[in-house]
Amino acid sequence: MISLTDFLIVSAALFCIGLYMIVSKHNAIQILIGIELMLNAANLNLVAFGKYDSLNNGGQMFALFAIVLAAATTAVALAIILNVYKKYKTIDPDRIDKLRD
Amino acid sequence: MSLAQALFYLMSFIALTSAVFVAATKNLVRSVFMFFITLFALAGLYVLALADFVAITQIVIYVGGILVLILFAFMLSGKETLNAIAQQRRQFISLSKLPAVLLAALFLIVLINVMLKTNADHLGWISQSIQQKNVIQPDAATTENIGVNLMTGYLLPFEAVSILLMIALVGAAHLSRKEGAQ
Repeated sequence: MISLTDFLIVSAALFCIGLYMIVSKHNAIQILIGIELMLNAANLNLVAFGKYDSLNNGGQMFALFAIVLAAATTAVALAIILNVYKKYKTIDPDRIDKLRD
Repeated sequence: MSLAQALFYLMSFIALTSAVFVAATKNLVRSVFMFFITLFALAGLYVLALADFVAITQIVIYVGGILVLILFAFMLSGKETLNAIAQQRRQFISLSKLPAVLLAALFLIVLINVMLKTNADHLGWISQSIQQKNVIQPDAATTENIGVNLMTGYLLPFEAVSILLMIALVGAAHLSRKEGAQ
């Protein structure tokens, strides 16, 4: 029997690694990977708690919706990143500081 | 220690070490490929939480879809310039990364404190669901129940997500279209 606290601690560690990536990376794609890590940490919590809801499957259903939303977000974000690269020739978010040209 | 527990510790160890490698490595392509391993280990953790359908969805959508998209974006956005940026910053590593490390570590301490104090295994609704035998059993077939629930109780969010996926598809295609091909 795996306790819920173990799942919570693993997901907290994953969340903090994602947070570190978002704050420290100089590359939009790696920041996106950090966001995906944070989303996965949240999903892990949802799934772990969803074990105690076998009738409605609330946790697992929410995790499925979150995965689908993450996929949609990633597609749009990567399209935006490619556009930014075409315009600025860099995807470092610190250097993209012009609102319009 | 049961086999499930040993597998849980193995999977979480793999997930955490590969996630740390993703965050720490300088080689961008290698970090994307290590992210594969993190996602696979997370799928294993989902299986250990008795959510096999979510685990399969994780592998199909994340590993099959999102990571391939990320790799494509890497190759289309010019790897040489990215490497040049990485080499410029290399000398300032300890100085510029310190606030991020501090923020993440302090936040981790706060989160773990909260989670240990919550005592999640003895929450009210969890002990109630154990009493009412509302816990997913390891030999239960959950996929059928998920399908039934998706078509009854969760029909509205399901349709909303389908419309949102369509909007995202159209939007991504519109954004990544060539300039001047109006």
